[in-house]
Amino acid sequence: MEFALSEEQRMLQDTVSGYLADAASLDVMRKIADGDAEAEASLNEGIAEMGLMGLHVPESMGGSGLGLLEACLVQEALGYRVARSGFMAATVAAHVLPNFQEDYPRGIADGDMVFGLALTELSSRRDGAGVTSDGGRLTGKSLLAEVPGTASHVLVADAAGSLHVVDSWSAVPMRTIDRTRAFGELSFDGTMAELSTRPDPSALAVARLLVAADTLGAAQAMLDKAVEYAKERKQFGRVIGSFQAVKHLCAEMAAKLEPARALVWHAAYAMDTHDPEGLVMAHLAKSHLAEVGTFVAKTATEVHGGMGFTDLLGLHYWYKRIGVNRQLFGSPEQARQSAAELQGFVAA
Amino acid sequence: MELNLSPEYEAFRQDVNRILTENSHLAPGPEDRGMKHPKRLAWQKFLIENGLTARTIPKEYGGYGAEPDLLKSRIIAEEFARTGIARPMGGQGISMLVPTLLELGTPEQKEAYIRPTLHGEMIWCQGYSEPGAGSDLAALRTAAVEDGDDFIINGQKIWTSTAKQADMIFCLVRTDPDAKKHEGISYVLFSMETPGIEVRPLVDMTENANFNEVFFTDVRVPQSGIVFEKNKGWQVANATLTHERGMLGDPNATKARFLELVELMKTETLNGERLIDNPLLRDRLLKLQGEVYAMQANGLRVTTASLKRESAGLAGLIVKLQGCELNHQIAGLAIDALGELGILYGEGDHLKADGSWQWRYMYDLGLIIGGGTAQIQKNIISERGLGMPREPKPAKV
Repeated sequence: MEFALSEEQRMLQDTVSGYLADAASLDVMRKIADGDAEAEASLNEGIAEMGLMGLHVPESMGGSGLGLLEACLVQEALGYRVARSGFMAATVAAHVLPNFQEDYPRGIADGDMVFGLALTELSSRRDGAGVTSDGGRLTGKSLLAEVPGTASHVLVADAAGSLHVVDSWSAVPMRTIDRTRAFGELSFDGTMAELSTRPDPSALAVARLLVAADTLGAAQAMLDKAVEYAKERKQFGRVIGSFQAVKHLCAEMAAKLEPARALVWHAAYAMDTHDPEGLVMAHLAKSHLAEVGTFVAKTATEVHGGMGFTDLLGLHYWYKRIGVNRQLFGSPEQARQSAAELQGFVAA
Repeated sequence: MELNLSPEYEAFRQDVNRILTENSHLAPGPEDRGMKHPKRLAWQKFLIENGLTARTIPKEYGGYGAEPDLLKSRIIAEEFARTGIARPMGGQGISMLVPTLLELGTPEQKEAYIRPTLHGEMIWCQGYSEPGAGSDLAALRTAAVEDGDDFIINGQKIWTSTAKQADMIFCLVRTDPDAKKHEGISYVLFSMETPGIEVRPLVDMTENANFNEVFFTDVRVPQSGIVFEKNKGWQVANATLTHERGMLGDPNATKARFLELVELMKTETLNGERLIDNPLLRDRLLKLQGEVYAMQANGLRVTTASLKRESAGLAGLIVKLQGCELNHQIAGLAIDALGELGILYGEGDHLKADGSWQWRYMYDLGLIIGGGTAQIQKNIISERGLGMPREPKPAKV
């Protein structure tokens, strides 16, 4: 029995974190948030050059054949730097599509195809929006889709939970609190899907698990920044990190975050090994990281005092990333409801 | 990452399971009261002889004498939990004193104490905390003054569990009043039969006396009871405290309680509806389940680190704080789920689960405080885990 990252997994972490430290510095992310398409393209070229987009694509289809555990390590590193990337969409597509079709996974691994995600129908159907399919023709709107500017395809869920691959859509940007990522409202008007699949319960679970990993990274970054700040900032003639009122806030963040990290690993490992508990754990990882992330985001900001509230420090990018992740693919309550249903806790 | 057991360990698990289930008729039940009930002593002996407890303690001291193998120890603990068969004896003598003696005791002390302690024939209590020395344990004042080959001990201990039943005490006493507070303490073993010792039960909020106060008035004990060296008791105590922290916040125990809570919410009804079908209660249940999963996974990480003889770092430091808090919240939800009937306690027709949820809700609060308060845990996490500075000492006036 061993519950720890392997040498290779730690190397993957180091390589990705090392690259992102410069390539996705706060300055770069500010440019991307302000709409600098060149900065965004350059970051994503770098991520693609490391072969990360095909990380979860099976080896037989030209990918690295790595699991969701490795994918979570990469997503955590992206969250740590609040990086904008198509990695999550590529990974969800790489998870669900190989059962149906080889060309898309292969295209993702080769870099010929870039995917976007439009999955809100899986968790949050709304009046005035929604996608229906009729013989593979899609009609309606999907909200809060995350589609890279360079996307060639979008993975779309319809109201019945079926998944479709489309290569044309029209998009209207949806402004959110989080400018580190771009979301949009996608419209379909009898658009013919290139591929339509039956519902796959793992699609939502994988998306939620990756969001949990993203929050883990963002929250770890906020804790690291808070501890660093508390060791430097002086008031009343001493560093504020020597006051128990401040130290205990940091301890509480670490005490919640450390087991949350183990939960993300365990959920990903369980999904990778087809453990039936994997789906339950993935939904609970999403809801649990939402709660822990929210606590860390607020507390770490408070440790920074007034500076935490300013744009000067840029801490708010992490705060908002975590805030958006909390609701994305469904609120914590919705994710817990999914976990309850899977365990037979909900009367039919 | 590999959570499946190798064939060797899977076979070991089946062995353990077979031994336990085939001999379960020998195990004591709740009716066999008293720490030294013959059935309890016989069961303990059986478990030691079969390597199911005292597993790695050398044969010469009455243990089973196996090579340390944490995975096997873990499997044994899991099989006791899975089968629900009476566990081996625990208590502070077995879990804290024995490891300390193995590490630091004299050959005579090991010879005299380890075997009867392991076999449940010698019960110990721990004399650490005092009314004026809780979190600041090193401020303890119980004095041991030399008189020939003996010490004369005067003072008071508190939070002493099993003091009434104990044959012996391992006790921290001040042997050098002039030294710095950490440097004048000795760790001494002596008999609870010694004249001058008075034990007063300390009734707590659960209405039980889970602890005692122990008073020493001119208690004469031999100096040969010192473990390691005179005035080096603080180091000895720290070795023992490490063993205690590992016991509090065990995620497997938390998981078992969570499953009891699920069962409760599936079977009890309110206004004709199962408790688990109430969406508000169910959401709280699932929220706790996320935490239970997280602490379990964290526990796997800590175990892996111990198997590799590495430090688990933050993952290890947070177990007591988070585990005890989570246990308390599980009991709290059980009470809320039961609603009005959740307040019943003691005895009565409508009492659910013998009132154990209220008992746990109180006792678990005690454990959040005991064994190093939550606030002391946060100091440890921030200082040792996050490298934050200590609170500066106030200037002397």
